[in-house]
Amino acid sequence: MGEASREIMRQARRQVPEWTTPKVNEALAKQHEAGREKQEIVLVDVREKHEWNEGHIPGALHVPRGYLELQVEEAVPDKEKTVVLYCAGGVRSLMAGTTLQQMGYKNVISMTGGFGAWKGNGFPFVQPRTMSEAQAKRYSRHLLVPEVGEAGQFKLLDSRVLLIGAGGLGSPAGYYLAAAGVGTIGIIDADVVDESNLQRQILHNTKRIGQYKAESARETIEALNPDVKVITYIERLDETNVAHIIADYDVIVDGTDNFPTRYLLNDAALKANKPVVHGSVFRFEGQLTVFKPYEGPCYRCLYPEPPPMALAPSCAEAGVLGVLPGIIGLLQATETIKLLLGIGDPLVGRLMTYDALVGEFNELRLFRDPNCAACGENAHLENLPTYADVCAL
Amino acid sequence: MATVRLAPVLRPSIGGSKQVNAQGSNLSEVLSDLYSRYPALKEQIQPEESLSRFINVYVNDQDVRFLQGLETQVGPNDTVILLPAMAGGR
Repeated sequence: MGEASREIMRQARRQVPEWTTPKVNEALAKQHEAGREKQEIVLVDVREKHEWNEGHIPGALHVPRGYLELQVEEAVPDKEKTVVLYCAGGVRSLMAGTTLQQMGYKNVISMTGGFGAWKGNGFPFVQPRTMSEAQAKRYSRHLLVPEVGEAGQFKLLDSRVLLIGAGGLGSPAGYYLAAAGVGTIGIIDADVVDESNLQRQILHNTKRIGQYKAESARETIEALNPDVKVITYIERLDETNVAHIIADYDVIVDGTDNFPTRYLLNDAALKANKPVVHGSVFRFEGQLTVFKPYEGPCYRCLYPEPPPMALAPSCAEAGVLGVLPGIIGLLQATETIKLLLGIGDPLVGRLMTYDALVGEFNELRLFRDPNCAACGENAHLENLPTYADVCAL
Repeated sequence: MATVRLAPVLRPSIGGSKQVNAQGSNLSEVLSDLYSRYPALKEQIQPEESLSRFINVYVNDQDVRFLQGLETQVGPNDTVILLPAMAGGR
């Protein structure tokens, strides 16, 4: 340190009061006890981003000294508040203090010894989670959206979504959820890829004909996004495995092709309190809704019983326009992301229908049935009927 | 006359169209009018006295189970929607 800089320091010290780390710790603890309404002290970390990333005091705001004049008024609009500044060793915070005083802040304090002394005294600190450079690039368009941002992207990376079926609906839903960075995707499907699947099941391809769909889906997803962990279950969902499998997931995307599985899943999801994003398709039409246990209706509120065979258009022979499950599956992915991030209005209690030929979306209101056998007032989840697979593929 | 819209699986029983008009001041009358012209439809959705439990009927966007069921009023500008459960996902 040269003579001129020592002189600046001396000046700053005369101007800016200093608190020791125990004093800051005590003041913060008192403020914590007083509750949210009495937040008189604002803690500001003026170090560089890489220093902040290695650890900081919980609850501190981060305004690097290089951006201090530009950003501090946004971070701390009330100039009457006590602003406690800290850096690594207590020098930069002192000089930052003189700047804040020039800007009109009335009570500026510098913490002596900085973060080094804080840590040395064994006071608590947090290490913020940081995104790798590759992740910051991959998810940059999410990071730009305030409703997602870095915190939302971490939420997605920590999320676990189960796809029931890697077919027409599961393919687009799974593909986009993987692109969005949903960290764990479970796929349950016992079938193998058939040539007739490829008109719509975009997770698979010609080379994979004969491979298990769950494995084929894993290959496609892992090639798209290495952040995603894929867990495969090469089995059919039934009474023996459903509770165990869904227990590990936050949201379930239902893309099954038959009524027995839909009822089985509904009852198990109610028991485990897991939201199910429901989609179904037939020829040119699709349906979509979100079953959120006990907040909205369940599948049995909507359809207390499955239709007879003649009215059950769930068999492969019914046919479907290849792009249609793409639309409905992507709407399921969208609803899933909304649920995971807790944003927007999920399609709870609303059934969206899409008619591709007319080019029209419609919405029907759904209600919880107080007499529902699965989620009503006198429901017994143990005694619900199960159904034989009327058109197993 | 009220408009009745049918889900795809039900359309063959009314000759393939997506919607038809029907007479009646409540749901029961509207459906009776349809059944008199399309007996096959009755077999599909109301073989017995009450509506089948696998079919949902909406007047405008409201499920009639939470209105007055078959007694639900239907005005000339209302739309009745007949929607059975769908399961296809593959």
